[in-house]
Amino acid sequence: MRPCNLTDGMISPDGVLGGNPLFYWIYGLAANVVPCWLAYVIAGGVIMLILINAVLLGAAIVSWGERRLLGRFQNRVGPNRWGPFGALQPIADLAKLITKEDIIPYGADRLAFTAVPVIMVSSLLLATAVIPFAKDVALVDLNVGVLFVLAVSSLTSIAIFTAGWASNNRYALFGAGRAVAVLISYEVPVVLSLLGVVIVAGSMSLGDIVVAQAVPFFLVQPLAFFVFLAGMSAELNRTPFDVAEAESEIIAGYHTEYSGIKFALIQAAEFGGALFVSGLIATLFLAGWAGPVADWLGWLWFLIKTFIGIFLFVWIRSTFPRLRLDQIMAVCWKFLMPLSFINLAAVVLEVYFLRDANGVLTTADLWIMAAINLVLAVVSITFFGNLIKEKVRSGSGGARSANPVTSGLPTTGTM
Amino acid sequence: MTLVALSGETLARRLQEAAPDAVIEWNDSSVWVRPEAMGDVASFLHNDAELDFTYLNAVSAIDFVEYFELVYHLTSMAKGHTGVIRSRVYGREEPTAASVVKVWRGADFQEREIWDLMGVRFTGHPNMKRIMLWEGFEGHPLRKDFL
Amino acid sequence: MTIRTEPMTVNVGPQHPSTHGVFRVRITFDGEDIVEVEPVLGYLHRGTEKLAEERNYVQVVTLTDRLDYTSSMINNQAYCLAVEQLLGIEAPPRGKYLRTLTAELQRIASHLIAVGFFVQELGAFGTPLMYTFRSRERILDLFEMLCGARITVSYMRPGGVFSDTPPDFWPALDQFLADFEGELEEIENLLLSNEILMVRTRGVSPLPRDVAINCSVSGPVLRASGVNWDWRKIAPYDAYDQVDFDVPLGSNGDNYDRFWVRMQEVRQSLRIVRQCIAQIEPGPVRLELPMVLRAEPGAEAYGRVEASKGELGFYLVSDGGVSPYRCKIRSPSLINLTITEHLLLGWKLADMIVSLGSVDINMGEVDR
Repeated sequence: MRPCNLTDGMISPDGVLGGNPLFYWIYGLAANVVPCWLAYVIAGGVIMLILINAVLLGAAIVSWGERRLLGRFQNRVGPNRWGPFGALQPIADLAKLITKEDIIPYGADRLAFTAVPVIMVSSLLLATAVIPFAKDVALVDLNVGVLFVLAVSSLTSIAIFTAGWASNNRYALFGAGRAVAVLISYEVPVVLSLLGVVIVAGSMSLGDIVVAQAVPFFLVQPLAFFVFLAGMSAELNRTPFDVAEAESEIIAGYHTEYSGIKFALIQAAEFGGALFVSGLIATLFLAGWAGPVADWLGWLWFLIKTFIGIFLFVWIRSTFPRLRLDQIMAVCWKFLMPLSFINLAAVVLEVYFLRDANGVLTTADLWIMAAINLVLAVVSITFFGNLIKEKVRSGSGGARSANPVTSGLPTTGTM
Repeated sequence: MTLVALSGETLARRLQEAAPDAVIEWNDSSVWVRPEAMGDVASFLHNDAELDFTYLNAVSAIDFVEYFELVYHLTSMAKGHTGVIRSRVYGREEPTAASVVKVWRGADFQEREIWDLMGVRFTGHPNMKRIMLWEGFEGHPLRKDFL
Repeated sequence: MTIRTEPMTVNVGPQHPSTHGVFRVRITFDGEDIVEVEPVLGYLHRGTEKLAEERNYVQVVTLTDRLDYTSSMINNQAYCLAVEQLLGIEAPPRGKYLRTLTAELQRIASHLIAVGFFVQELGAFGTPLMYTFRSRERILDLFEMLCGARITVSYMRPGGVFSDTPPDFWPALDQFLADFEGELEEIENLLLSNEILMVRTRGVSPLPRDVAINCSVSGPVLRASGVNWDWRKIAPYDAYDQVDFDVPLGSNGDNYDRFWVRMQEVRQSLRIVRQCIAQIEPGPVRLELPMVLRAEPGAEAYGRVEASKGELGFYLVSDGGVSPYRCKIRSPSLINLTITEHLLLGWKLADMIVSLGSVDINMGEVDR
């Protein structure tokens, strides 16, 4: 049998899976036994299997960790019955959810209703594929990684709206309407804040962005970090922006009608989303796998940084109440938007003046940028923060119409 | 501030000035007025500067079998006194009294409850529906003959 | 092209995570704005008033526990005061102090629930609720020491309380007061100046004082609208004329004021509890009364207390028999609901739940 040539035909080193050593190894192994095209499918399948299991297992661990952490924040224990420290709780939950009846409500759009959990999980899996877990270890190292991540994670908003519409439930419709409004609005500042990151790194590949972080970008661009964090907690539907599934108001929002395995998948997508976003924050702003000691320890640094992100989300969730929808919109358009513009403008100017003839930024340049941007961040967050505080406060209830109940009521005398 | 309970006589004298026909009798704690005049009596009690009963504590109904008695506990927060107005409603089929909800909105649910459980209708109430039980329930459970 | 829109009617409740039990309100929304409100009650109606006509005066105490099950002690107190007024008797001093003490502990517990759920409805994920429940549990433990029950206490009787305190009650109470100081501070630090909480509640659903009075609103809701009216001050009962406390008042009657008044009342209740501990003296806790009480035919009494939700009144009429001829319950939760429409109309879906939470209703008491 002719040995398969990795550089010809449908797979080339520049191809989608080109840079992945694991893929090469499996491909080479399989190609000894089966035809080249089948070896390609097998290698791709194995990679996918690893990804799916890693992400879903990660989601399970996050769900357990979040509940344990919330328990600690709230003076209680959290899940502690099954396994050491209750670590097997997600498996028990899953077993319960799988065995529950899978209800599709009367009047629901069955196809759309069923498709939603699948879309949510698959968009999460696709987005996770490009995150570099360690040095040169990403399932796919796309040269347009940042763009890909943004595009794929936007699929969630379509899925959520479909869920709200297909459920034939009014609370779900409320949740869907809210979710779409929030998700689409928050895309804008998030993308703008990422532009700054891309400009400094000089690449859209997530791997290159990590390499470019001689100084972690949360120091170089604190404003972008702040906007991205806020934007991402909105995208994840987490406190204080969790209006889409505001439990106390609209039951569970868009997934009110989901039960059984579909609910489990949506939950997996949400916890996996928290994991993915924390990984993204680690990659984009905390220098990803880069860390002291040795490169082969990269996965450890990456995990630690991801955990920091998750911890931050849980901390915020356990502390703050929720904003109202109009306030969330105000925060997005009147607070985060100006901040992301300021960040973008500052970064563009700094890069223009600081880069050398070859367009390269040295570590010293990055430190200078960090100093300037830190001052800028403190000043602008304080300024716009006070501005938005006034606006949101005076704006609440401004649209109140004349109340038909109290008009014509007798009034009591002065007392 | 200490609270003074106005005697029935004081209340009755004052009421008779405004609505002489409304008052039937009084004792040392309360005044009885005619049920159909209750609306006018209420607005007088509420608006009169001396009585100033701006706050309605409770509307109660008691089934004395030959008649229903409505009891209005009132308070004047500014003057610091309380008063009790009563009204006897006769008939078992469709006893009616005038509603005071236009004067004291706080009577809204209580009058509906009295209709629901005691079966006394209030004329002039904008939403005279059952409140605790469902529409179509037969009888009024707080009556003494409901078993 | 014009896009057609139409209002949407939603049944909020009786199964909804945050309508405080089985309260149902039919709301018509225009987008997120509320344009029509209709409360629908009766899902927990048990006919307490009818049941009371079938039981003797002491047995009715157990029924009152089940009215507002978050403040059973105060319900007991209101009923016992009404019976005492009917019979023309008065509890001995130690009984009065014990009633005041337990009623104030119960008020703290009830307000802690109100505040915890209020913030929960604002969207805080459980943390404030757990903080408040931590302290409430301790109070329920104290009640368990007193009477063996935590929720349905039936601790008070006409003419005093059911039994004197066990010896280990007082050290446990002291320990609770010492711990609660810090726990309350923690809750206050978390909530009172929380920026998001203020943005969500300040100026939302204000209740002007004239509307509050006209709608017969009572309790913290009335005081949040700036009306200085507290039955403990106006017509002191039990030992309230012996203790010193302030009546916290709000100014706008908005959601924040209602929340703030409750937080302050917890502090005032603590003051009262401390004074009760200092002033209480040994002695009998209950009058010697016959097992079956009878009042004069035609006697009647309206006993009222300042319950945690507002003015709780029992209007008792006697025909000389062993049970009340009529036992009307003036329930603060039901009457406070009169303002539902006023609070909700024109506001948003998200404010609806919070405004209802700020009124702090209890369905056991609304439906009875």
